Order: sequence, then C-alpha cells, then structure tokens
Amino acid sequence: MKYILMMNTMKAGHGVPSWPKKDLQAHIAFMIGLNKELHERGELVSAEGLSFPDQAKLVHAGKDGRPVTDGVFPESKEFLAGFWIIDVDNPQRAYEIAAKASAAPGPGGVPLNMPIEVRQVMSGPPPDML
Amino acid sequence: MTKKWDATSEHLLRELAPQVLGAVARRFRDFSSAEDAVQEAMIAAFTQWPQEGIPENPRGWLIQVACRRMTDRMRSEIARRERETAVSAETENFVPLPEIEADMDPDDTLILLFMCCHPALTPSSAIALTLRAVGGLTTAEIAHAFLVPEPTMAQRISRAKQSIKDSGVPFQLPGGQDRTQRLRAVLHVLYLIFNEGYTSSAGPELRRSDLSHEAMRLTRIVHHLQPDDTEAAGLLALMLLTDARRLARTSETGELIPLAQQDRALWDRQQIAEGVALLSATLPKRSVGPYQLQAAIAAVHDEAARSEDTDWPQILALYDLLGRMSENPMVALNRAIAAALVHGAAKGLELLDALETDGRLANHHRLDAVRAHLLELAGDRTGAIGYYRRAAGKTGSLPERNYLLTQAARLSDELCD
Repeated sequence: MKYILMMNTMKAGHGVPSWPKKDLQAHIAFMIGLNKELHERGELVSAEGLSFPDQAKLVHAGKDGRPVTDGVFPESKEFLAGFWIIDVDNPQRAYEIAAKASAAPGPGGVPLNMPIEVRQVMSGPPPDML
Repeated sequence: MTKKWDATSEHLLRELAPQVLGAVARRFRDFSSAEDAVQEAMIAAFTQWPQEGIPENPRGWLIQVACRRMTDRMRSEIARRERETAVSAETENFVPLPEIEADMDPDDTLILLFMCCHPALTPSSAIALTLRAVGGLTTAEIAHAFLVPEPTMAQRISRAKQSIKDSGVPFQLPGGQDRTQRLRAVLHVLYLIFNEGYTSSAGPELRRSDLSHEAMRLTRIVHHLQPDDTEAAGLLALMLLTDARRLARTSETGELIPLAQQDRALWDRQQIAEGVALLSATLPKRSVGPYQLQAAIAAVHDEAARSEDTDWPQILALYDLLGRMSENPMVALNRAIAAALVHGAAKGLELLDALETDGRLANHHRLDAVRAHLLELAGDRTGAIGYYRRAAGKTGSLPERNYLLTQAARLSDELCD
C-alpha cells in the first residue's frame, strides 16, 4: 500500500527559518537519517523537499490560455514543505512513520510534533475486477 | 570453453556494447532497431553469462544474438506485409559472423557517440541515449540513476532515436569543421553526465556516483580514440581532478562540505596524479580550451596541501583566460571569488556589483551566495547572514540550501555570543 505523507508546516509569506546552527544541523541530520532508514527498509518510494513559500506561484490559464501567475497569498494559508511517498504493508506502519517525521527536532532540540497529513495513494484496479 | 564471470566481466561486457552496435547498425542500416536488438542481447548476456560463464568469443556471441533479433524482427515485418500484399519475399538474411566481424571499424564507438550527441537532440535525450547505446547500460539502470520511472526513460530514449531518424544523419564520421563542432557536443554531453552524478548528494548516492564513473569511462574512450584532441584530454583531466575530491565532499550525516573545509587526506592522490600528468602532457600543445583551463584550476586546488596554501594568483590568471574564452557569467562569478582572495574582499564585491547589472545572472542564488561569502570575508557578518538566507531561499538544491542555512546560522550564533 502506498501512502503520501505531507508535511504542511510552512506559512504563506514565510521564507528561510532562523534557528541556531546546532539545532539546524540536528534537524537536517534527522531528516537525512529518516530517509536513509526508509530506503534501507525498502519502504521509500520518494522523498522531496520543496522551496520556501515566498518562491511559490499560483498559476491559472488566462482567457488566451497563457499562464497567469500570482504570488501573493493570504497569511493563514499553509504550505507543503515536503513529502514522502512510502510503500508499506499496512496503514499502521504509515502512521508510525508519520509520527516519527512529526517529532523531528526543532529549536533547542525539542520535537516539533508537526502535523503530517497521511493519505493513501490510489492503486490500480483489483485483479478480480478484470 | 567458457571463462568464469567475475568482478571485471561487467566492464568487459559494457566495453563491447558500442562495438557490437556499430557492427549490427552498419550491417542492417537501421540504427534504431539495431540499438533495440543490442539492448536485448546485452540483457540476455547479463542474465546468462553470470551463470553459464563468458563465451569464448563474447563479442561474436553478442553480435549473433543481436543479429538473430534483427532477422526475427524483419521476418515478422515481412510476414505482416505479405499478409497484406500477398507478395512473397526472400526472408533469409543470414550473414556469417566472420564477415560481420571483418567489417568492424575501430571508429564505431566514436560514430555512435556523434550520433547520440547529435545537436538535434535535447540534452536529456542525448544523455539517456548515450548511456544506453554507448555505455551499454540498461533502460532500468539509467532510469534508476536519474530517479525517474523506467517507462519514462524508455520513452525518452525512443523519442531520441526518432529524432535521429528524422534528422537523416548517416552512420559515418562527420568530416572537417563539422567534426570539430560535433566533438564539442559529445564532450558537452559527457560533461553533463559527469555533473549529474557529481552534484547529487541526496537519493541513492551510489548509483548517482556511478554516473560520474560512467562519464569518465566514456571520456577515456574518446580520449583514446582522439588522442590529439586537447579538449577531450582536458575534460578527462577535469573529471579526474574533480572526482578525486568525492569522499571529502560530504560529512557522515550527508552535509555538504565546501572545498576550503574538506579533509584533504581523503582526496584520491592517485587520481590527482593522473589528472595532473594528463594536463601537463596536453597544455604545451597548441590549443588551450575551456576544459583544459577548468582542469588547470582544479589542479591548482588539488595541489595545495592546505586551503590557505592555495595559489590564488594563479587561479585568478586562469579565470582571466577562461573569461576571455567563455561568455558564461558563472566564470565571471568564480573569477570574482579568486579576485577577492588575491586583492581583498572589496575588489571581489566590486566585480559582483558589475555582475548584478548583467541580466543573465539577475536573481540567481549563486550571486547572493558569493556575495554572502565575500561580505563575511570583509567582516560584515550581518550583511553576510542576510545574503546567505536570500541565497538559501532561492536555490533549487536541498543540500545547498541546508549548507547556506547552516552558514547563516553559524554567523548568527557568533553575533549572539
């Protein structure tokens, strides 16, 4: 079963965080370690970090079909910071990984306990349907 | 009699790939189908040889398997047409192996490289096709190296072959001036493959570094086939001298370590010696091109026992030469760093101001990153923090972003103490 774990921690208008060096390094090492662990367990499909929200653009097609971009977002809007796609045996394992990611260390080494949105990635049709 | 499959066998098999493809493509005058047939033969060899041993004439084995696939394909094509038109045709197309082998040309690998790096192709297609047709990699391996699904890569390769077909390029070496131009295109593709492997520090790292090694292997072949081309030698030297620093580039936790802070004991001395020797043999020849100059710069770095021993005046002089040859604003940016280390940060910042007005680099994160570095050199920590953060906000590379954020955090910690 494939799941996407979405880390919605960024707020509109926000750019680069400013943490002390050792906390920043601990956070980076945690994320690298988590991806390595998921890779070694054969559960990682992909893991991607995204650029900061101040670089984000909303695009829609104008009347002539050309792209119209918009980069100003309401302050309350939350942004995807990054995501994992994992392939696991059951939803419990997906929640376990999400909880681990959620507790990534923040400033002062305190777990961030950030919300991670877990959604199943839809699969192909069941064999008995065909 | 067969030989046992061992660690060097894969290398042997991959060396044979372009020779076999050259022979089959010439015989059947159909590069696209020949390329598919050779890929199938390679996959068959990778499955059978490790168990059954390497045949006595491995190249002949591959040629025969590939030719059989080609004739099978033609037969079914003819059969299909016969059903449609009811015209009978001679389907026997068997050619004896000795005849095919006698027809082989040592330049086949080069001809294939020229085809795969044809200017009609986009860089990503040229890279994929080169790795498969000349490198002997399977579609699955290439897809894995570029972190895309296998069908995506298969599609990219088949579109590339279609473009070659449409361009009508013949299976032969280009002549005269065209040949020089086309060789530049080949070297550029090899350079891109190398960088693709070298600049990644995330993802399944081992596979990615294989890309750099593959680029070096192919560049070595080009250098061997074109020993008088100084830029082919220069590119090989550049790769050797750059790749020599691989182990020192990332920490145990995967953090990026810049040149100045690397543990130089981890550098590959043997590779550096080979690169320097190659460069020394090449530089006295008449034409000095951009790859040789970049290799020379890498050599100056590699020869410094400590970062502070770096011969910056020489690096600056090399960047001056390179700047005259290349319009690339990145060269001007690197020259500004060298100038700062020779004449002081103020001089470097002055050059950056000039670059700021150059439209091509406007809003590029590297300009901000270099400015941050030079401001720090000048003692302006607050200014440096601002530019490190600005650069971090703009880069498209996660390891680079982490590095830039860590620099900003380090300076900001220092300010607080």
